[in-house]
Amino acid sequence: MTFPTATGRLFSDPSANAARQFFRTKPRTLRDKVMSVSDAVRALVHDGDYLAIGGFGADRIPTAAVHEIVRQRKQNLSFAGHTATHDFQILCAGNLTGRGQTLARVDVAYIVGLEARGLSPHARRVMESGTVECTEWTNYTLAVRLKAAAMGLPFLPCRSMLGTDTFRRSAAKVITCPFTGETLLALPALYPDVAIIHVHEADRFGNCRIRGTTVADLDLARAAKRVIITCERLIPNDEIRREPSLTLIPFFCVDAVCEVPFGSYPGNMPGEYFSDEEHLQLWLKMEEDEQQYRQFLDRYLFGPKDFNEYLQLCGGLERLRQLRAQELLLHQGR
Amino acid sequence: MAVRYNAMELMICAAARLLEDGRSVTVGTGVPCAAAMLAQRTTAPNLLIFFEAGGVAPLLPTMPISVGDSRTFHRGLMATSMADVMEACQRGMMDYAFLGGAQIDAYGNLNSTMIGQDYAKPKVRFPGSGGANDLASFCWRVIVVTNHDRRRFVEKVDFITTPGYLTGPGAREAAGLPAGCGPYRVITDLAVMGFDEATKRIKVLSLHPGVDRQQVEERTGFQLLWANPLDETPPPTDEALWILRQEVDPHRYLIGRC
Repeated sequence: MTFPTATGRLFSDPSANAARQFFRTKPRTLRDKVMSVSDAVRALVHDGDYLAIGGFGADRIPTAAVHEIVRQRKQNLSFAGHTATHDFQILCAGNLTGRGQTLARVDVAYIVGLEARGLSPHARRVMESGTVECTEWTNYTLAVRLKAAAMGLPFLPCRSMLGTDTFRRSAAKVITCPFTGETLLALPALYPDVAIIHVHEADRFGNCRIRGTTVADLDLARAAKRVIITCERLIPNDEIRREPSLTLIPFFCVDAVCEVPFGSYPGNMPGEYFSDEEHLQLWLKMEEDEQQYRQFLDRYLFGPKDFNEYLQLCGGLERLRQLRAQELLLHQGR
Repeated sequence: MAVRYNAMELMICAAARLLEDGRSVTVGTGVPCAAAMLAQRTTAPNLLIFFEAGGVAPLLPTMPISVGDSRTFHRGLMATSMADVMEACQRGMMDYAFLGGAQIDAYGNLNSTMIGQDYAKPKVRFPGSGGANDLASFCWRVIVVTNHDRRRFVEKVDFITTPGYLTGPGAREAAGLPAGCGPYRVITDLAVMGFDEATKRIKVLSLHPGVDRQQVEERTGFQLLWANPLDETPPPTDEALWILRQEVDPHRYLIGRC
């Protein structure tokens, strides 16, 4: 029996042996990894890297680090578009004409849109220009690819994507189950060069706690060669040792820890603050006209020297207080 | 006679009625979420609601804006990973999933990837599958909710993002997809449709009050099958409308769009 074949390009090496050679050299000692976001991005994100970002949509995203990638004009990145919404929108700002090309290749599961908020006009312009190469996947199959890598394997099977154009434009293969003879999809492991994940709490060594849904981040932290953590709060190592069952990402996966309070803004951070829908709408509105969008970016993205300045521009503590009240449903009298 | 409800309210109520009590459903934002919230407050109090980013059995205080925002596990029973939810689907534990798309064909195949003929340079780039292809591959009964127009209901979709019945009877199984599942209903602002057993093509089951056959045909780009007898979609009950307006969507984010 001959199976259909897929024509998409694989943007990363699925070899488990190559990954093992890398992980053999990764430090295992408890060392202080606290640094600024700009230092972390400068040291750990390189031109040409395969980048993956944690969270889901605009929920628990490492906004400060994504801003920094664009501010530092990182070029020619591959990207895992795993329900990437506002983070993808920011990265596309690095693909403005005349300002280079931050995104060069995208593994697509969900890009361009901001869920119920609508489509990003600028991300559409970038993706319709033909300058960014795409391979199609789905939310679950990208999660499985990260899971295969976290397991130290070259691939995992799954039963999705079969029979569709999503498969045809992917880089998956159709195989036969050696036990049952059933047709399955084989998904190549995804070992990103660098992952950036925003969490609630971390200690100086990179032991992390997350509240709420973990999306694909636990596998992502284990699959990636280098990991930057941004956190709402640094907490003492004593606190981690007091309750180790709360540690979801262990220090030995992590290369940098950056304390960024309100770091998921304008996204949502469970238990901390709700998304700033007005600011996300403003972003979408400004994108409609490219000239206007450049001015907006000069003011909000390229202008501020760090994330705190951006938060100040967006309304500062008073706005953040409102978003916290909204997250905690205080306006409903709770 | 004054109309008591708008098309959006009718669609949400029709979707809610399909969800049997004691079953499981994966929902997205918008209409699906409103339908599940309404069902839980009326005919299906034991409906188990999942969100694909990892929210399980939330008591939704307001409608989420994102499939992963903190409302999706508010007072839930578990906040887990996306793979955990999708694998419950792959194991066969998900009865219903709600989907939409930019295009749908007669077999219920959905396009949410691109419009145009050149994949490398699309005329319009849409988000892609998200979790839609996974849910349509795994869930027993897929319900599509969408507006009814000729641009959307097309003979051939530009890109099959998400599998319906592909090319017809047996095609899903031949491709290797789990047997016995697929699209179940398509709910639009004009009608409720199902799929013909023999051909797996869309078949109109009921027209909404005040809608006639010709209107549906004019706004569909392929040959429709018709149930005989053809029913009228039951209008929303007063109770359903009250709950929808007071509890599910008090700010009229959704029902105000009509």
